[in-house]
Amino acid sequence: MITLSVWDLVVSGCLVLALAGVSVWSRLGVGRALVVAALRMAIQLSLISLILKVLFDQRDFFWILLMATVMVLVAGREVIARQERPLSGWAVWGIGTSSLFVSSFTVACFALVLLVQPKPWFHPQYAIPMLGMLLGNTMNAVALSMDRLTAGIWSQREVIEQRLMLGEDVKEATKHLVRESVRGGLIPIINAMAVAGLVSLPGMMTGQILSGVSPTVAVRYQILIWLLIAAGSGFGMLIAVHLTCRQLFDDRQRLLLNRLRKKEELSSR
Amino acid sequence: MDDGLKLTDFGYLDWGPITLALPVGEIGGLSGASGSGKSLLLRATADLIESTGELCWRELRCIDIPAPQWRQRVGLLPANPVWWFDHVGQHFHGNVTQWLTRLGFEADVLKWEVGRLSSGEKQRLALVRLFDRNPECLLLDEPTANLDDASAERVVAAIRDYLEEAGAIRAVLLVSHDGALLNQISARQWRMKGHQLQPFEPAS
Repeated sequence: MITLSVWDLVVSGCLVLALAGVSVWSRLGVGRALVVAALRMAIQLSLISLILKVLFDQRDFFWILLMATVMVLVAGREVIARQERPLSGWAVWGIGTSSLFVSSFTVACFALVLLVQPKPWFHPQYAIPMLGMLLGNTMNAVALSMDRLTAGIWSQREVIEQRLMLGEDVKEATKHLVRESVRGGLIPIINAMAVAGLVSLPGMMTGQILSGVSPTVAVRYQILIWLLIAAGSGFGMLIAVHLTCRQLFDDRQRLLLNRLRKKEELSSR
Repeated sequence: MDDGLKLTDFGYLDWGPITLALPVGEIGGLSGASGSGKSLLLRATADLIESTGELCWRELRCIDIPAPQWRQRVGLLPANPVWWFDHVGQHFHGNVTQWLTRLGFEADVLKWEVGRLSSGEKQRLALVRLFDRNPECLLLDEPTANLDDASAERVVAAIRDYLEEAGAIRAVLLVSHDGALLNQISARQWRMKGHQLQPFEPAS
């Protein structure tokens, strides 16, 4: 395995600097943001490498659990940030985080304990990257489906009320919206699986191959991860969508639009 | 005597307390200035907004059954009915040809696109859609507002037919701005004023 020197990174950083220079020169207005984002990325990843190194040396269950919890909470916050019309109050936090917990956390534990079986089962070299890959993907799916559902319920509020007036229950009156939002969240994953290996070589597999692992071994890991992502995202979305619906209707099946707030009110965050 | 629709000490938002008793077999008329809360009263009676006090239909309390079952019995026709599928026919469950004819439509209206409907057609078809669900108590919000005289007469006749159709187990509560219409069809009237409901004696 060839290790990269700091100079290798500095040189590739110069490419980004050159792009930023061109951007400033041609007044594209993204030069500053580009440099800041590149710096943030480098610093965040360097810090996380230090943390991972400590975790790997310690192999202490408590610290790994703490790390995993922080990852789930940050992902939960990201789910809210991506909503155009999020639910108000703590509900959205609870829904985002609990559905991510199920879709990533429990799925990762399932795979570690029953399938990969490292010793100990929470070995950070396996646990943290797998949880990270699951979280990254299921977070997108959950955020997308919740956003679609709340936006759909808002824009079709009159249709929903009309159907309730005619004696339909909430399940019936929101069936088409629920279906659309789960579909919308799953389609990127279905598309990605459909072209995996043909158009794009998935990052995890590429990384393993670069570090000298045989492609057949790397591919098996990649297949496992994709299957876990698909199942985890699907179940996570079903939970998120179900809980969101429950928040938006009361026990007499009335639509509670005041539980949706507009994004602008979030700007203070 | 069958009680029909009965509101006791009923309140919603800052309206009330409201008392209303509409026996089965009757059409009750409800008038009042715009913005006086008539439509809200219908929405509260259909259990679409939160309310206090007691709400009964034929001695069955609203809170004792699931909300969708209440709304299947006590059906609301809003002033602006909404259609969600592409074609008219997709919104009906049973055979509604008879009602369509009585309201002046050909049977091929079921194949029409919803986008092609005028507001008057939407309103008349929404009445048929409500009949199709077989509610026992009709809450009608301005059912004749967008209609010419001939269509309005058809609508009134259809409402009367529906009321009498199944024996004396149905009732109608109708909101209208049209005092003459209310006097013509309902002996029992109320007026909404100052967030209160008052019995209203039609000038004979």
